[in-house]
Amino acid sequence: MSAAQTAAPAIEAHELTRRFAGFTAVDRVSFEIRSGEVFGFLGANGAGKTTAIRMLTGLLAPTGGRATVAGHDVLREAERVKRDIGYMSQRFSLYEDLTVRENIRLYGGIYDLSDREIADRTTRMLARLGLEQAADQFVRAIPLGWRQKLAFSVALLHEPRVVFLDEPTSGVDPITRRQFWELIYDAAARGTTILVTTHYMDEAEYCDRVSIMVAGRIAAIGTPAELKAQFHAASIDDVFVRLARPSA
Amino acid sequence: MARAEPAVVVEDLHKRFGATDALRGVSFTIDRAELVGFIGPDGAGKTTLFRILVTLMLPDRGRARVLGRDVVADLWALRPKIGYMPGRFSLYPDLTVAENLRFFASVFGTTVERERTQIAPIYDQLAPFADRRAAALSGGMKQKLALCCALVHRPDILFLDEPTTGVDAVSRREFWDLLGRFKAAGMTIAVSTPYMDEANRCDRVALVQRGTLLAVDQPDAVARSFDRPLFSVGVGRVPAPGAYRYRALVALRSYEHTHSVYPFGETLHFADRRVDVPPEQVMRELRAFLGSRGFGEARVEQTSPSVEDSFMARMSGEEGMPAA
Repeated sequence: MSAAQTAAPAIEAHELTRRFAGFTAVDRVSFEIRSGEVFGFLGANGAGKTTAIRMLTGLLAPTGGRATVAGHDVLREAERVKRDIGYMSQRFSLYEDLTVRENIRLYGGIYDLSDREIADRTTRMLARLGLEQAADQFVRAIPLGWRQKLAFSVALLHEPRVVFLDEPTSGVDPITRRQFWELIYDAAARGTTILVTTHYMDEAEYCDRVSIMVAGRIAAIGTPAELKAQFHAASIDDVFVRLARPSA
Repeated sequence: MARAEPAVVVEDLHKRFGATDALRGVSFTIDRAELVGFIGPDGAGKTTLFRILVTLMLPDRGRARVLGRDVVADLWALRPKIGYMPGRFSLYPDLTVAENLRFFASVFGTTVERERTQIAPIYDQLAPFADRRAAALSGGMKQKLALCCALVHRPDILFLDEPTTGVDAVSRREFWDLLGRFKAAGMTIAVSTPYMDEANRCDRVALVQRGTLLAVDQPDAVARSFDRPLFSVGVGRVPAPGAYRYRALVALRSYEHTHSVYPFGETLHFADRRVDVPPEQVMRELRAFLGSRGFGEARVEQTSPSVEDSFMARMSGEEGMPAA
């Protein structure tokens, strides 16, 4: 990666907007996320987070404004965007009826990795996760916490510049949750940009910066310390509650 | 039922699914008008426990009495007394809010009008959306509707399985405020959650891990049971405070006196291996170590353990696989 690429933001949104019949889900949202940043994308249910993420991942066309992700325009170069990002959600990430190894192979194939690359990266991934013993087990047979860590590693398999994590730690025990965050930091330290959503407000404090969406707009953005100072709040939880009006 | 008997008495419950021991000898009681939280990760056994207590599943071994009735032998007498909110959204998405309520009332042979007083605190919040289809509600409102449907037949006890999972922090607070109101009106409530920060809303909490209860006690007592002094380490430097804190965490892992260290909100929590050294000395040496590793500005102070600290200290091993 050249110095110029490193300096360019990994995600850049300018007046990004999505209207549906009758309402505006995302309303002129602008922000930048730099390479290697761990960015917490917060908001109440229905605030517009999912719609924004669908636009940033090239799955939904904006109706106004523009955004680039990993240097590609999300509207005109949606397919390039999809190649250069990873995505993991709590709800779906791995095929439970395939083994650990088969899941890795499947994703490697989807992203056009060579057999050699898939073999090398599988070995490295299993070693890093300590999952060598479980390589030929069905994913449904391994504990949830391990599935989540594996899903994250699979999302990184094609070495994307940007990874979107949608509530990756939901329902996971507190120790595994912290191990998961170590994987996040580790990836960020190697230059991967992370955009993560969570309902655990203590996890918001782990992020380099966070934004809080309210009714389609970004109501606050900054480091956790900056936001707490700005809103005279003791925690991000307090900031969140102050900003996010109860939504129907 | 005899007044002396608690609302729930569980003795040595076991349940196995194939090779998985979902419950491995669980015992506890819940008093009348008590709010008990079952806190633990997915797969810990919370849902299995609740299903047995609401008479939807048979235990392999052990017994459970709810409101003085055996959950196996007396299930038909028990069912009308129980309100149950399953973990998955279980209402009819194509029916409106009002239709869902009317349906659940009629199943239990009553009407929304007759139960109006009982459900008022929550019904009043739902009323503006009476004609909206359940599928079109936000996560928080869906959960309120589900709670209202679980309450509409005026049960004596409520079992709520992860009612706040996936719900945003504001809606979670509102939901817990509602539970507090029903408890104040005399309702017995058992609620499960993966969120440790909800522990303090409960009279007592049960920490659930791999089919066993690690502790059942008042939240303060669970927190205080942490077995050694705990210190918070504040490090953070723009532009990447998270990454910077992570580097401090990795450095502390190599410190010879570290018993445990992990991220906790905006700080790291640190416990020293030596339990007989005064806290002042621990902090002094910790600051010196951090200084030697380039974290001279770190703020170190003694802190009170939380339920989450205690939970982690009690968790044994890592789900049967080697740690990453």
